[in-house]
Amino acid sequence: MKVYIRHFLQKKGWKLIDMSMIKTKKLTFEYIHRDEEGNVEGITKAVDGVDLDIKEGDFIAILGHNGSGKSTLAKHMNAILSPSEGTIYVAGMDTRDEKNIWDIRKNAGMVFQNPDNQIIGQVVEEDVGFGPENMGVPTKEIWQRVEESLKAVGMYAYRKHSPNKLSGGQKQRVSIAGVLAMHPKCIVLDEPTAMLDPQGRKEVIRAVRALNEVENITVILITHYMEEVVYADKVFVMDKGQIRMEGTPKEIFSQVDELQKLRLTVPQVTLLAEECRKAGMPFSKGILTTKEFMEELQCLLS
Amino acid sequence: MLKDITLGQYYQADSVVHKLDPRVKLVGTIAYIVTLFMFRNLTIYLIALAFLVFTIRLSKVPVSFIVRGLKAIVILLIITALFNLFLTPGEPIVSFWRFSLTYEGIAAAFYLAIRLIFLIIGSSLMTLTTTPNQLTDGLESLMKPLNKIKVPVHEISMMMSIALRFIPILMEETDKIMKAQMARCADFESGNIIKKVKALIPLLVPLFVSSFRRANDLAMAMEARCYQGGEGRTKMKPLKYQKTDYLAYLFLLVYLIVAIVLGKFFPLHILQV
Repeated sequence: MKVYIRHFLQKKGWKLIDMSMIKTKKLTFEYIHRDEEGNVEGITKAVDGVDLDIKEGDFIAILGHNGSGKSTLAKHMNAILSPSEGTIYVAGMDTRDEKNIWDIRKNAGMVFQNPDNQIIGQVVEEDVGFGPENMGVPTKEIWQRVEESLKAVGMYAYRKHSPNKLSGGQKQRVSIAGVLAMHPKCIVLDEPTAMLDPQGRKEVIRAVRALNEVENITVILITHYMEEVVYADKVFVMDKGQIRMEGTPKEIFSQVDELQKLRLTVPQVTLLAEECRKAGMPFSKGILTTKEFMEELQCLLS
Repeated sequence: MLKDITLGQYYQADSVVHKLDPRVKLVGTIAYIVTLFMFRNLTIYLIALAFLVFTIRLSKVPVSFIVRGLKAIVILLIITALFNLFLTPGEPIVSFWRFSLTYEGIAAAFYLAIRLIFLIIGSSLMTLTTTPNQLTDGLESLMKPLNKIKVPVHEISMMMSIALRFIPILMEETDKIMKAQMARCADFESGNIIKKVKALIPLLVPLFVSSFRRANDLAMAMEARCYQGGEGRTKMKPLKYQKTDYLAYLFLLVYLIVAIVLGKFFPLHILQV
């Protein structure tokens, strides 16, 4: 009920503080394996009793190695998958309700891993316009939105190009613009950088951070690259469908041993600082960037 | 290697014909083809020739470019012409063994060749001046009335444009798989034709598997962006007739009337058949 009142007030234009963007309660998703006759062979819990509360405007990172259930969780946020047990509310709407599906997808955009498989248009600007076209936005406004979104990700100069001629990082930025043109409150990025080279990864992460900081869009970044997590407000670490760790990047990265147990590699600087600390040098825990490391090192030397 | 293949050879130029609404060009091409097959006399082909020369001039597409399109049908043209020349019954001019060259045969071969050549030139002029995208848009809009008899017009045009978008991607993928198989000693080049076709199986299977995976991903991405079919959808680039489009329609109408009237009442014949 509370959720509906909040939603109602928000529609009236009220700015509510501390609104939950995504909230899950005991969210569970099961993959059922069947043999050839259709008998149940076994059940894998891809997501197992996850409780999350993501506030509007947050930059959230979800970490986990392959098969930890992070992509399955992401697909729930866009109502592509429906939970087996438990509930998930996106912008106050229950994803299990068929009526809500399209509203949820307008509110929570999704960017996938493979840039080639999510670009629909044959020209960059047409692809960005695809979402608004589906939503029935008037032609004039579509053009405005396309221009804004392409500018926000720094791809406006390429608007007339064919997506096939772009680099991976550029394609992924076009995909982000495509989601942005739908004016979502929240963007879920499911390993957007997994297929990119280091340069492309940087471009995409920079674009994502800008969206969060400038446009105040809630970002949920799913990744297994630890370097990308450094700027997040909050990090969740998943393993076997459950959330094992949560906290600020600093808190998470100060537990190097724990992370390595979950088969995750910490950033090299953090690892170096940790090794130095073990060897007796008084470095503080959870150093994330080279800059921090250098500052502490200079303090120690002087 | 496979990257060189292009579909729909669009020729970039700034001309009136390029700027025409795709619907006008589609309707025009159909009208033009109809006139080609309506009568069997010289008059109609002279008029069609005049029409072609005029539109080609307007389109700024080099003639050599258009003629290149004819290369593909040269063999077909020769074979059908030969068949018509020697197998048409009528008054023989020369005959040997079972074949005889007849006046009727010469006329039939001549008309057939002209029709085919004009047909190819006319339709390739359309594809040369219209991007594949505009073509699908035009087709969708022209076939819209078919929606009433439950033809999924929007879905068909969506499939067409997605297919066009994925051609280069699948080409690249084929190239990659080929190289991967070649690295493991697959041989695609030697042997007779049966051997070559058999060698393609290890290429096609992974290609099919991966395109299904792509299709699945794409469907998910489209749904995530609120795609729910054609209903309630707006257009980013809606087709709108301009003044020149109406003029072009008028011109087409004049062409049709002139072709029909002259073709019907002032027929010129070759060889009096």
